[in-house]
Amino acid sequence: MSTRTRTEAAARRAARPAKTNRIGLEKTAYRGRPSTLCKGCGHDSISQRIVNAAWEMGLDQTQVVKLSGIGCSSKTPAYYLGWSHGFNSLHGRMPSVATGAIIANSSLEVIGVSGDGDTASIGIGQFKHAVRRNLPLIYIVENNGVYGLTKGQFSATADEGQFLKYQGVNDLPPLDICMEALTANATFVARSFAGDPKQLEALLKAAINHRGIAVLDIVSPCVTFNNHDSSTKSYGFGRANEIKLHDLNFVPEFEEIEIEDYEDELEVELHDGGSIILKKIDPDHDPTDRTAAYNVIQQSLDEQKLITGLLYINEGEPTLTELLNLTDTPLTHLPDEKLRPSREALEGVMATLA
Amino acid sequence: MSVAVREAPIVKPDAPAAVNDFAINVATANGSGSQTSNGVLLRALFKMGIPINGKNLFPSNIQGLPTWYIIRLSKDGFLARREMTDIQVCMNGRTVAEDMERVVPGGIVIYDDSLPVANRRKDVTYYEMPVKDLVKEAKLPHALRDYVANMVYVGVLAELLGIESVEIEAALLHHFEGKEKAAGLNMEMVERAIDWASAHVGQHHGYRVERMTGFNEGKILVDGNTAAALGALAGGLSLASWYPITPSSSMAESVEKYASTLRTDKDTGKATVAVIQAEDELAAIGMVVGAGWTGARAMTCTSGPGISLMSEFAGLAYFAEVPAVIWDIQRMGPSTGLPTRTSQGDILAAYYLGHGDTRHVVLFPANPAECFDFGRIAFDLAEELQTLVFVLSDLDLGMNAHISEPFEYSDAPFKRGKVLSAEDLEERQGSWGRYMDVDGDGIAYRTLPGTRHNMAAYFTRGTGHNEYGYYSERPEDWEQNLERLKRKFETARQLVPSPVLDEVEGAQVGIISLGSNHDGVEEARARLEATGLSTNYLRLRALPIDESVRTFIERNRIVFVIEANSDGQLHNILTTEEPAQALKLVSMAKCDGLPLSARYIAGEVQKAVEEALI
Repeated sequence: MSTRTRTEAAARRAARPAKTNRIGLEKTAYRGRPSTLCKGCGHDSISQRIVNAAWEMGLDQTQVVKLSGIGCSSKTPAYYLGWSHGFNSLHGRMPSVATGAIIANSSLEVIGVSGDGDTASIGIGQFKHAVRRNLPLIYIVENNGVYGLTKGQFSATADEGQFLKYQGVNDLPPLDICMEALTANATFVARSFAGDPKQLEALLKAAINHRGIAVLDIVSPCVTFNNHDSSTKSYGFGRANEIKLHDLNFVPEFEEIEIEDYEDELEVELHDGGSIILKKIDPDHDPTDRTAAYNVIQQSLDEQKLITGLLYINEGEPTLTELLNLTDTPLTHLPDEKLRPSREALEGVMATLA
Repeated sequence: MSVAVREAPIVKPDAPAAVNDFAINVATANGSGSQTSNGVLLRALFKMGIPINGKNLFPSNIQGLPTWYIIRLSKDGFLARREMTDIQVCMNGRTVAEDMERVVPGGIVIYDDSLPVANRRKDVTYYEMPVKDLVKEAKLPHALRDYVANMVYVGVLAELLGIESVEIEAALLHHFEGKEKAAGLNMEMVERAIDWASAHVGQHHGYRVERMTGFNEGKILVDGNTAAALGALAGGLSLASWYPITPSSSMAESVEKYASTLRTDKDTGKATVAVIQAEDELAAIGMVVGAGWTGARAMTCTSGPGISLMSEFAGLAYFAEVPAVIWDIQRMGPSTGLPTRTSQGDILAAYYLGHGDTRHVVLFPANPAECFDFGRIAFDLAEELQTLVFVLSDLDLGMNAHISEPFEYSDAPFKRGKVLSAEDLEERQGSWGRYMDVDGDGIAYRTLPGTRHNMAAYFTRGTGHNEYGYYSERPEDWEQNLERLKRKFETARQLVPSPVLDEVEGAQVGIISLGSNHDGVEEARARLEATGLSTNYLRLRALPIDESVRTFIERNRIVFVIEANSDGQLHNILTTEEPAQALKLVSMAKCDGLPLSARYIAGEVQKAVEEALI
């Protein structure tokens, strides 16, 4: 490319009005700092999807919080939504930090990012309890079946019989994050693939407007340690074996789009606005049917296929903050006098101790 | 019914009458419902104006293992644990032999007549209670019999000692929160026991209780855990997350109990505080750190095993500089065996908890009123210093009922520390550094998630950040940060509650102690004073220590550091922080699962002073 054409291209771009979203921001405003992950890492494409989804949804980043545990995946919150507070916490403990943050300020949109080591091994307890509490949290698992930062050990989602350079053969069966989420009564369970941007963005947008916890298990290949074709967490395997349950489309409430009325379309309205449209492909899957979700996951395990899409959704369950019956005003916004009893109320209690 | 007193009371005419000055020990089996009886006795005596303290020595068990409840009455207000018993109530056959050994000569043993009481002492008076017969006569519903049986000793003690039955009735109503039927059933049993005792036992001339004034007026009867819970609720608590562990559970349960009364928003009827029973202690502290980072006042309560599990988060809170509060109600550890026995064995662990170079602010409340105050003060300190604050109570203070000053209501503004709002950021044109020491006190400014300004956000990590909160592995950046944390710790010295000093003119022997040892220390000092040995006393209320600790040591020839653990943990810290005076500091540490007694403290001080000074 010659210098001249490049300059011309830049001039053309400059002449074009910058594309802004509904709160008047360009997409660049949703970026974070440069990634330090390996070139081609699946996690970076997920970060890019988060940037896109947030920009298209017109999220106010100052009202978003990014949390993570420890690992390659957990470094990523630094790489998107630069105007949002972020907390790279402890290995496997992101869910508890998220629980505290959400209770403290229930008006925040909280995005938690974790990996398969962070969630399926050290953090499986906190993961399942956050799910059980239906914490209003977007819980993203960037699943590559391997420990990257500690240089290539098997994780609990690694396939049985899989081979790794330093570890040899894995003798144990994998834990399936979607199955674990479902048995813990998750209200939104989706599986996706870092190499499938359109589907992932639709799922992320739906997750943002979901009422409770949204678990997204995203196969995100590790190009350094686990991207050979025999791994179910590789780009090659994903491209060759992905079976989409449906074509997904998210329609935000602020976009009044006429939707063509397909016979095989299913629309699920989301608690916080908008709806997700699922255009069914084969096999016929109803994501509001829990048993069907179990069956699909089992089928994917039995047949060694990457079945992606919205596996299960239920907008009818109360979230943790709803169950706690907290004030609509976030606890962090309450003035002192609302955060302590009246003198009379305390004296009333003391009278019972006198 | 043919029940008779087998031996006549031995009351020597010249025996000094012990009025409002003796100890009752009730031996029962765990889970037999004795808590109600003992609580009622304690409360009735409290309402008669008598200075009292009740200590529950209980096993790690639901039902069956031996439990003792010791009520100390002291007209002079000395309420530490007494080693010997004046009146022993035996309701547990398995412990009769050892229970009898503890009784002072001239003391009394009252026992359930179904128990084997062999090898009777000649110097002790025995009274036999026909518990089963009295219960049978009362014709109570079958399911309640075992529970109400313990009311028999309440009635017998009432008659023997002169406890007013009207106060017992009031205490029962209080216990059953006004439920007259339940209180009535129990009172009926008490009255039957009183009637029986008046016919068969009579009143004792040696041990008596008498209504008195001058001590209990205006005071309340409360355990430290309830006080701490109320203090936290009054101090702006927004989230309490916890995992069940003795002896801290009752603190969290008290938060739950009082939350709706004290913290329901009157405009909306909704809660302004959340309580979460977490899946484990790691999650409990994780929630606290998450809430503290977001700007809410959050607390967890636990005990030794819990703080071990919390140690990684403790370090993170220290280095990421997140406000958090941990109440550690100390007990023996680790694991099982003595988890229901008191100890002050977490002082070192709490002070240094975490990996890397961590030192935490640690508070030591000594009584329920201080537990209440520290409920709020711990949050103020955590937010002012942007750090983790420990409050170290213990089983004796936390779970036993103590006479306390009423709690002082505070409507002073909460000290929320250095927090930049969107307007502040606008003024500074967005220029700020999360870990920058602008004011020279080591405390940097922070912003809260949700602040509506596009320069508000920062990215929080444990280590590896520069002044602006950006990722950095430069040695200079981290060293500079550690230097600032040291400055912050020096600031903490000035902010924590200062020690309480009680100095006697001319005294050259000092005592440093902390927390619930106070009752034992005060009584020991009085005993020592009576033998001519005056002592100065510094009651430490917080770590890090301030200048007053150094000067106190300087003013004394020898200073005993008294604590309820085996290694002398506070002594260890003081010698480290005051190396120049280390030789003056003598450790007096005891760890047997029981609150320190005045007899032990006075005896050891006397012995050591004789060895050291003479």
